[in-house]
Amino acid sequence: MSNNAIEAEALTKVFNGSLVAVDHIDFSVRNGEIFGFLGPNGAGKTTTINMLITVLKPTEGKASILGYDIAKQNTQVRYSIGVVPQEYTADEDLTGYENILLCADLYGIQREVSKKRASELLELVELTAFKDKKVQTYSGGMRRRLELACGLINRPKVLFLDEPTLGLDVQTRAATWNYIKMLKKEFGMTLFMTTHYLEEADALCDRIAIIDHGKIIVVGSPTELKDSLGGDIITVAIKEDVDITELVERINHVKEVKKENGSYRIKSENGEITAPLIIESLRKEGHVVTRLSLTKPTLNEVYLQYTGKSMRDAEESGDSLYAKRMIMARRRH
Amino acid sequence: MSKMNNVSKSKLHGLWALTNRELKKWYKTPVVFILTLLQPIIWLGLLGNALNLGSLVGSSSLTIPPQVITELQLTPAQITVLQGFFSNIGDTIMQGTFGTTSYISFMAVGMIAFTALFTTMFSGMSVVWDRRLGFLNKALSTPVSRAVIILSKVLSATLRSIFQASIILIIAVPLGFQFGAAFTAVNILGVFAFLFLICMGLSSLFIAINIRSTRIETPMAVMNLLNLPLTFASSAFFPIEQMPGWLQAVATINPLSYTMNGMRQLLINSSIDYSQLALQYAYVGLFALVLTTVGIVLSWRFLNK
Ligand SMILES: Nc1ncnc2c1ncn2[C@@H]1O[C@H](COP(=O)(O)OP(=O)(O)OP(=O)(O)O)[C@@H](O)[C@H]1O
Ligand SMILES: [Mg+2]
Repeated sequence: MSNNAIEAEALTKVFNGSLVAVDHIDFSVRNGEIFGFLGPNGAGKTTTINMLITVLKPTEGKASILGYDIAKQNTQVRYSIGVVPQEYTADEDLTGYENILLCADLYGIQREVSKKRASELLELVELTAFKDKKVQTYSGGMRRRLELACGLINRPKVLFLDEPTLGLDVQTRAATWNYIKMLKKEFGMTLFMTTHYLEEADALCDRIAIIDHGKIIVVGSPTELKDSLGGDIITVAIKEDVDITELVERINHVKEVKKENGSYRIKSENGEITAPLIIESLRKEGHVVTRLSLTKPTLNEVYLQYTGKSMRDAEESGDSLYAKRMIMARRRH
Repeated sequence: MSKMNNVSKSKLHGLWALTNRELKKWYKTPVVFILTLLQPIIWLGLLGNALNLGSLVGSSSLTIPPQVITELQLTPAQITVLQGFFSNIGDTIMQGTFGTTSYISFMAVGMIAFTALFTTMFSGMSVVWDRRLGFLNKALSTPVSRAVIILSKVLSATLRSIFQASIILIIAVPLGFQFGAAFTAVNILGVFAFLFLICMGLSSLFIAINIRSTRIETPMAVMNLLNLPLTFASSAFFPIEQMPGWLQAVATINPLSYTMNGMRQLLINSSIDYSQLALQYAYVGLFALVLTTVGIVLSWRFLNK
């Protein structure tokens, strides 16, 4: 087996003969890494996950999980993966505990084993106190945690998380991030997650693929992607009225220096290392630094650069989509 | 892989878990449970008594008019004989037409079959929710087989129907239900067999329809369309022989009619015609076999898209 947990080759899904939701994408996810799929609504994130988790058949192309072909060896694939879907799928009329046991039954896990695991998982996601309450009474954050517990019941090697923090408040989102990091660290799990949130992808993912209109636009680590924009930006001003452009250009890591109304805009990789070097060199030459600021490019700029859209638009529509989904779910009662 | 050691590798694993999930939703919500029983009971109480044809043609309403007596110069002995004949005429007509002297018993069996129809219809709708709320996709990503997912729906609808139908039968007794002379306790099992077959067929059909829709309105419309012909073109309220020709044609092929007639033989008739009964089982059985196969194949194909 190669050391890739997931491999996809020209993976394609066409709906109703014409809607190309996923368009010949190639990517691989290494064992034990957190891989993020970042893209706006309708980019094809969920469709990609659904193909990888053997729910949808690809129209074209192929993929494998831990070396098992998703089309030909789907039983092995299903035993090796866990899924935390975009929706709240737990049954509202059952308790949290019953829901986890139901998931266990779908894997054919024997009752003595599943009871023990269910208790452990409830402990892990801090739902033990609520385990015998109907899911109806759970908050959004509790439901997410329950979905997470269900997705872990078969001790998966690869876990798929579709927008794990959609609609969660700041604290719950932070807690979810911690679970995700813990799963990677403690269990060496490979995680494939989708998200609308740039800061989430930045904080969690080892590598990110930006996807839009069914195509992967760019793949790389958050740092690589940000660096591809030309690095950090250091802005410096000095007391003296002399040109220091040439002096600064000679400093290590500095890529570009521009004089802009009285201050200097310096592009550099590893800005936090470069900034002290700049101060030191200027001082040696007898200059007095009056102002210095360091801006790290965010994935926002990366996103903007590659998709031509601001991620904020996508985030907003993501939230309203979430609201719509909740209304839809409520109408059931 | 260590986890492979403690998992069941049976092809049918998860069947009971998924079936029980559906059943739990139902028996853990007593309001829904009681409401679903209410409709057939109301029908039985209202229609069963209002349309009590036995009392319309029955003895108490028939007395020999005095002019008939004077004109025919009847002796008191003759009057008694005639009166006796008239007082039995209602029962004779009832027995001849409905196979029992009690209309409510006739109708109660119809209601049992309807309960099966309605319950399979409504419980089939849960698959729409499962699709829309993502549960179906989650189940599809686990090693549970596609056939088991569909079968669990069919099975839970069937079990529910059989249970509700039994309750109707129990409630019908204080309302005036009379078992026929040919009834023995074993016949109840025969009734269950009929219900099992018809429910398997119907729920497979409804699930194959419902699994394709993401909106609850679609199956609702289909159900409404099927409801009326299945109900009135059946032997629920009247024996098929009494219907106008075109209705008779539909009712004769309606599997619900066969189910009802078969259950009537087992429950309320004074004697059982075994060759008829065999025919009824064969017809309902064939219906169940065909629809279950077609329904499951259609659903399975949809899930494998
Ligand atoms: N079952 C389906 N039938 C037809 N079209 C579909 C189906 N599922 C998804 N699509 C379409 O495929 C495209 C990609 O959808 P997908 O759900 O994969 O997007 P996404 O990236 O997950 O978006 P979101 O952020 O809103 O979840 C959309 O245009 C969507 O309308
Ligand atoms: Mg999605």
